[in-house]
Amino acid sequence: MTEEGRRKERIDRGIKVRTNGLYAISGWPELSYLIFPRFILIAGMLSLPVVFGFAPYWRRVVCIVCVYALLSLAFDFLANFVGLINLGSSFFIGMGGYLTAILNVNLGLPPVLSIPLATVLGAAICTLVLLPCLPLRGIYFAIVTLMFPLILEKLIQAFNILGGTNGIMGLDGFPNAWWEGYTAIIVTLAVLFGLRRLVNEDVGLVLRGVKDNDQAVRASGISVTFCKALAVFIASGIGCFAGAFLSHLYMWAGLSLFALDFSIMPIAATVIGGGGTLVGALIGSFILVPLSELLRSFGTLRVVFYSLVLTAFIVFKSEGIMVYAQRKYHQFERWVKV
Amino acid sequence: MGEGLKPPVITVEGLTKHFGGVYALKDVSFTLHEGDILGIIGPNGSGKTTLINCVTGFLKPDAGTVRFRDRDITGLAPHKIARLGVTRTFQVMRPYYSLPAYKNLIIPLWSPRVRKLGGWRGGGRHGDRDTVAVDILEEIGFERDSYVPYKMASSLPTGYLKRLELARCIALRPEVVICDEVFSGLSMSEIATMVPLIEKLQMEGMTLIMVEHRLRELFRVANRVMVLSYGDKIMEGDPEVVIEDERVKEVYLGWEGEAEDD
Repeated sequence: MTEEGRRKERIDRGIKVRTNGLYAISGWPELSYLIFPRFILIAGMLSLPVVFGFAPYWRRVVCIVCVYALLSLAFDFLANFVGLINLGSSFFIGMGGYLTAILNVNLGLPPVLSIPLATVLGAAICTLVLLPCLPLRGIYFAIVTLMFPLILEKLIQAFNILGGTNGIMGLDGFPNAWWEGYTAIIVTLAVLFGLRRLVNEDVGLVLRGVKDNDQAVRASGISVTFCKALAVFIASGIGCFAGAFLSHLYMWAGLSLFALDFSIMPIAATVIGGGGTLVGALIGSFILVPLSELLRSFGTLRVVFYSLVLTAFIVFKSEGIMVYAQRKYHQFERWVKV
Repeated sequence: MGEGLKPPVITVEGLTKHFGGVYALKDVSFTLHEGDILGIIGPNGSGKTTLINCVTGFLKPDAGTVRFRDRDITGLAPHKIARLGVTRTFQVMRPYYSLPAYKNLIIPLWSPRVRKLGGWRGGGRHGDRDTVAVDILEEIGFERDSYVPYKMASSLPTGYLKRLELARCIALRPEVVICDEVFSGLSMSEIATMVPLIEKLQMEGMTLIMVEHRLRELFRVANRVMVLSYGDKIMEGDPEVVIEDERVKEVYLGWEGEAEDD
C-alpha cells in the first residue's frame, strides 16, 4: 500500500478496542457495535423462508444454499483452523445421504432419528476412513481426500449395491416447506456460531496450534493425530448432516450426492467469502449458489459466466469479502508520510 | 562430585543414528542425573540436535536405548515422551504465530499431562488457563502489565520468542527440559537475563540438558559438559576439565589454533 513516500496506516477503532473485553457491556453504543452485525445475519437468515414464501423454487434454493454453507463452514474450519485441505466434501455428503437412506428406508427409522444418527455414524465412519491419511500434510492430504468420494461412487456403481445407479428411493420427506427451511437455517446458524466459539475455546486453540506448527504441539505432549481426528470428526459430522438433510429433501439418495459440485463449491465459497472468518464461508455460499441458479437460464454459457465471476473475485478481492468487510468495520485507514 | 547419590533420570546407551551413509550419532552413551545441568557442545553438524531428536522421540534411533528413570522410551512417539515429563525447545523457534503470546501457552496447559497433574494454582477450567499462562510468562520475563504477553507471537522479537519456547516447556511442568540453543541469536544483555532463569529452573528441581554454542554462559550454569564431534562422544566431564582438554580444543576450537600458527 505504499505510494511515493506515504503509506496507508490502519488503526483499530476505539470502539473495537473497548468492546474487546468486559467493557462491552458498559453502554449501548458498544453493545450495538457487537450485536448489530450478528443481528443482521441472524434476522436475515431467519426471514428468508418468509420472504420467499410465495416462491417455492427459491425457498428450495435457500435450503440448498444452507447445505453448501454447511460444507463451506466445514471446509473453512478444516483448512484455516486445523490446516487440513479437504477436497472431498462430497464424501461427507454421500456418506450422510446414504446412511440416512439406509436407516430410513431399510430400517424404518423416522427422519427425526435417522438424520442425527446418520450425522454421528457418518462422522465416525468418515473419521475412521480418513484416519490413516491424517499424518499427511498439505497437498498430499488434499489429493487423498479427493479420491474418497470417487472410490465410494465407483464401488456403488460397480457392485450395484445400495440401489446402484438408481439410488435409494422413497425416503420420508419433511412435513412441509417451513420445516425444510428452518431446519436448514437454524442448523447452519448453530454450526456457524458453534464453530466460532469452538476455535476460541482452549480446545480450538490446540487445533489452531496444529495448523501453526504441529511439532510444537507434539512437544507439548498432545497427539497431533488425535487433534486432527477430532477436527475431522466435527467437520465430517457437519458434512454428513448436510448430506442427510439433502437426501431427505430430495427424498432420494443417489450417486449425484458424490458430485464434484459438493467438493468444489465450498472451496470457491470460502475463497470468495474470506478464509478464516467462518462467516465468510456462509456469505460466499449465499452469493455463489443463487448466482449459479440465476445463470441456469443461460444454458451451457452458465459455466463461462460463473467462472468469470469467480475469477473477478479472486483477481480483485483475493482476500475475500468478509476479511475486507471486517477490516472496514473494525479499523479506519489514513495516509501517513513515511 | 556426589554423583552416586543422585539417581539417574535419563540414561542413553549406544545411541546410533545415520542418514543414509552419514552417521549423525555413533554409539553415544551418557547418563543425566537428577538436578544436573548437562551441557552438550560440539561444532556444527556434530549431531547435537540429532541427539535431542532421538531422546525426545522426534527421530527414531537406529540402535541404542534411551531410558527415562526405569522406563525404556526408545522410539516412543514424541507426545508420549513429553507426557512423561521430558520436554524440549526447538532451535528454530516454533511459536504459534497466529496466536497471542499468552495463548501460546494454552496448548501445553491443555495437554493431558497438565490436566492430569491438575491444580496449577488457578485450576484447569477455561479462563483460568489464561491467568496461569500470564503467570508463567511473567516468571519467564514477560512484563505482566505491558502489552507484550498479549501481542501476536508473529510480532515478537527473537529474545521473547526464545523465552516463549522455554515457557512452553515450563507450562508442562516437566522433569527434564532439553534446551536446543536457547542462547543463540540473543544479545549479551538478553543472555544475562536468561542465565538466572535457567538457574531458577534447576533450583525448582528440574533437570536440564543444554545444547549450546555460547560456551562462556554454558560453563557458568552447567554441572557437566559433553563434547560431540561428527557423531562421536569425545569426552564428558566437569566444565573446568572439559575446557582445558586438548582434544576438545582441537575439534571445537581447532581453527583458532591454526590461525595462530600462520
